[in-house]
Amino acid sequence: MGIEQQGLKRHLRLGTIIMALIGVGLGGSIANAGSDDKYRAGDRSSGYTYAAKETRAMQDDDFANPAYIWIDQGEALWSTAEGAAGKSCSTCHDDAADTMKGVATRYPAYDKSLGKMKSTEQQINICRVKQMQAKPFKWESSQMLSMTAYVNSQSRGMAMNVKVDGAAAPFFEKGKAFFNERRGQLNMACKNCHEDNAGNMARANLLSEGQSTGFPLYRLKWQKLGSIHRRFRGCNKNVRAKPYGYGSDEYVNLELYVGWRGRGLPIETPAVRN
Amino acid sequence: MAVAVVAMAAAMPVVADAGVALVKYEVTGGESIAKSLTGKPGDAAKGRGLAIHRKKGNCLACHAMPIPEQSFHGNIGPDLAGVASRYSAGELRLRLVDATIVNKDTIMPAFYRTAGLHRVLKKFKDKTVLKAQEVEDILAYLLTLK
Ligand code: HEC
Ligand code: HEC
Repeated sequence: MGIEQQGLKRHLRLGTIIMALIGVGLGGSIANAGSDDKYRAGDRSSGYTYAAKETRAMQDDDFANPAYIWIDQGEALWSTAEGAAGKSCSTCHDDAADTMKGVATRYPAYDKSLGKMKSTEQQINICRVKQMQAKPFKWESSQMLSMTAYVNSQSRGMAMNVKVDGAAAPFFEKGKAFFNERRGQLNMACKNCHEDNAGNMARANLLSEGQSTGFPLYRLKWQKLGSIHRRFRGCNKNVRAKPYGYGSDEYVNLELYVGWRGRGLPIETPAVRN
Repeated sequence: MAVAVVAMAAAMPVVADAGVALVKYEVTGGESIAKSLTGKPGDAAKGRGLAIHRKKGNCLACHAMPIPEQSFHGNIGPDLAGVASRYSAGELRLRLVDATIVNKDTIMPAFYRTAGLHRVLKKFKDKTVLKAQEVEDILAYLLTLK
């Protein structure tokens, strides 16, 4: 993977430069493009509608979107056999464009054998370990981000629609409680910023509703793709609270609640944000 | 004196029960901390600096203030220009110490409190955001905003 990752970095740098050039070029035309209605549903809006023109322009053009480095890697991994069973994702799932369509709209989903919710990342690792007899990907690794982004991007434009009743209900309630619970030395809940103050400025940052429909996404600040759990950890640390682990039950339940908050919003993986 | 008696009658002793030595203070009438936390006067110039400092007051994250050399003032809370004409020193001190005493749903952090917080990062555990004297310094600065 070493060489491949170096290559990835090189591409990224190139991609970023190209993207910056195209971004500047698109700024004007996007400003005239007008409506962002497709990023709204009822009283809910994607972070896209809060993003700067230049940031939107990067997301709007797959060619300019720096996240496509990872999507391309995900596509390659999809049909790469790994593990003792000699299988790849495509051995079981064929063409991702058909079989993975809609996955992002319904994850996290309840898993009967686990007795709890599982996220897309966790399903990917279940498949790797059980079906492929391959090693699980590390949560925030370039491979996991690539695969998750590739899988989620197959649902682009489809409405977020996680199931929160039935077996999912108690997990949904936990996620909701997490969202509304104050934490950290600064004693703030997700709700304080993303519900009560969406649309307001926190210093130079325009607060959005904290929607999850673009993940994994390319964050200019990170200079790379990142998972929704990375974002949760960052927000926790910003209020000086102890974060939870990647893939923790707490974050998966939170992800479910956050997904529900964004019901009806289109999946936009891989989004671009600052 | 009469005022003091009324204040005493409504006094609500607040316990700083976090294991570290927080200065004890009294909230009178649910809206004011009349006495200085340190007994020393605050330094308004220092207070202005602390209000700007991102790891101290960071007040500009949420408030517009008459601090023109800093760009990007937040608008989560009210503009603090003229705030000393609207509130007494004691009322302002209370809002700095623990604004949730006035409004339990406020987003404004309690700058001098360690009790009742959830999952505080180790580095900040049992520490207040501002030291007692820093509260007094920021207060001295706020009192210049007439
Ligand atoms: C040998 C078979 C096999 C392999 C190989 C395999 N999977 Fe799966 N996969 C399954 C089965 C069976 C399910 C159904 C489990 C479920 O829906 O909970 C599934 C479900 C999924 C789902 C949820 C789909 C849905 O419609 O709910 C995702 C996402 C997924 N797999 C991704 C992957 C990825 C990514 C890889 C490779 C890293 C992979 N799978 C490899 C058998 C496999
Ligand atoms: C995270 C947001 C946030 C931060 C940081 C913050 N405040 Fe506030 N502040 C508010 C909000 C919101 C209000 C409105 C009252 C309420 O919520 O109860 C407020 C109210 C006030 C008031 C009362 C003003 C009025 O006109 O009613 C004062 C005084 C004040 N803040 C001072 C400060 C100072 C000084 C600092 C920094 C040391 C600070 N605040 C930091 C959010 C914040």
